[in-house]
Amino acid sequence: MNAADFVEARRRLEAKPRVAGEKLTTLEAAARRVKDGDHIAIGGCLYSRTPMALVREVLRLRRRRLTLSRNLMCYEGELFMVAGAAEKILTSWMSIGLPWGVSKILREYVEGGRVPVEEWSHLALGLRYRAAAMGVPFLPTLTMLGSDLMPVGQAKTMPCPFTGETLCLVPALFPDVAILHVHRADRFGNCQIDGYPHMDADIARAATTVLVSAEEIISEEEIRRHPDRTVIPGFVVDAVAEAPFGSYPHECYGLYEADFDHFDVYAGAIEARGSTAVTEYLDRFVFAPPTHADYLALFGEDALARQRARARELTRSHEPA
Amino acid sequence: MSRRDATPAELLAVMGARLLKDGGRVFAGVGVPLLASVLAQRTRAPGLTLVIEGGIIGRQMKPGQLPISTNEMRTAYRGTMLLGITDTFLFAQRGFLDYGFIGGAQIDRHGNLNSTAIGPYDRPRVRLPGSGGANDIISLCREVIVLMPHERRRFVERVDFVTSPGYLDGGDSRLKAGLRFGRVSAVVTTLGILGFDESTKAMRLEAVHPGVTPEDVLKQTGFDLIVPERVETTEPPTVQELEILRTLDPERRFLG
Repeated sequence: MNAADFVEARRRLEAKPRVAGEKLTTLEAAARRVKDGDHIAIGGCLYSRTPMALVREVLRLRRRRLTLSRNLMCYEGELFMVAGAAEKILTSWMSIGLPWGVSKILREYVEGGRVPVEEWSHLALGLRYRAAAMGVPFLPTLTMLGSDLMPVGQAKTMPCPFTGETLCLVPALFPDVAILHVHRADRFGNCQIDGYPHMDADIARAATTVLVSAEEIISEEEIRRHPDRTVIPGFVVDAVAEAPFGSYPHECYGLYEADFDHFDVYAGAIEARGSTAVTEYLDRFVFAPPTHADYLALFGEDALARQRARARELTRSHEPA
Repeated sequence: MSRRDATPAELLAVMGARLLKDGGRVFAGVGVPLLASVLAQRTRAPGLTLVIEGGIIGRQMKPGQLPISTNEMRTAYRGTMLLGITDTFLFAQRGFLDYGFIGGAQIDRHGNLNSTAIGPYDRPRVRLPGSGGANDIISLCREVIVLMPHERRRFVERVDFVTSPGYLDGGDSRLKAGLRFGRVSAVVTTLGILGFDESTKAMRLEAVHPGVTPEDVLKQTGFDLIVPERVETTEPPTVQELEILRTLDPERRFLG
């Protein structure tokens, strides 16, 4: 499908069966909806609220030729690259974060011509998801104009039909699948997010199929008590699975802090052994543990409790320093 | 305490902070830009509002608790609003944001910055992390302040890839490309402060830091930099400025 084909994108949505009932399923069953060659948009941002449990499930299913899009790509992008699952990556930035420097895996795979990275500005990528969420083929913007990013993803310019000013047009981005992690959902897929919304609500509306993991499955009654907290309605969602610590080792706002020590060990191993270290990491943390619970057991309850305590400390009432 | 006691990162933070006026709104990334913004807030610009691209407006700073990314929990400290990333940038597109800080691996004579690739885009010699919000900040904020170490390999005739457009080919080419708003107002480096000729938009030396000569700057610049007859000397960082920075970053995570 042409990325900006809004007619086809709408037909795909309309062709989906209307299922009013339960969306509740397992992580594995949710991930099975991803097919070889799909474009997956990943929710959250960098190491915040990344759907890591779903990422691991997709990797475990050994899906191939995936296009991955994310506003700021953290090391989940490296996992897809080294696992041989990524055909192309769309992002505005890719690394773990400033202290860990330029990604050696990004360098190896892009400089070697193995996985192309299509770069957009952060806002431009956000507007591409938003255009799709709105059901229109493009949005005009004043960003990216004059830069070398324009030809990379084939953004276009046009004179504004009302004022004559030059505008940048970014095409709608309709992913096949969105994978998201949220704080709470009910069994019908109504989702609530605390803290940063990131781009998740736009991504959910842009994609054809939406897979969600939630820290907690709550009752429909609880959702109805605070409907103002719902950011993705159930009819947008195809599958929802309960996954406490579903972003770990990334953070989930107010619930647990990212595990920077884990990032240090991961990055240190790459420093020493290059992409072999990522292969070893995939074996140990993605392919070996049979379930999400087994994965969490690799870290142990004490470590998880410590990350929870850190998050409470970081978001508690925010009294002045 | 003299300038000799300031690290390069401290020097950039102090000089950057001094360019922010009270009452303004600054789009700040993490690291030195955030330190510069908070320093401004705690000295001459107490009414400065901080906006961070991860989706925070009005954050404050807890000493010793510096965020690593623009969208993690500690970045939200005492913010007045958390919002989506796209909408955060749209405040800049609408014209609400006065200042932005950015950097890059390379900058050229017309203030264009590269944080994408050294060498050709498709098969680069070095793939860098990419634009992130840098392109949006330089395209949409009213004024952009570039912070970077002054090294000859970074100050090049023409950047390999224009991630963030400064004045493009100079003259009115930025305007002609459709960038109706915004400008690069200053390039703050470890050697001095640079601006741009008003008509050609070629980079011009405005001031050197104490102990630095214009010749030192030329030696570390890979293009024909305009050096006017009168080059000012910046005031060295004060004891108070350095103390504030060191209280904010006691582990010297970003101050070096």
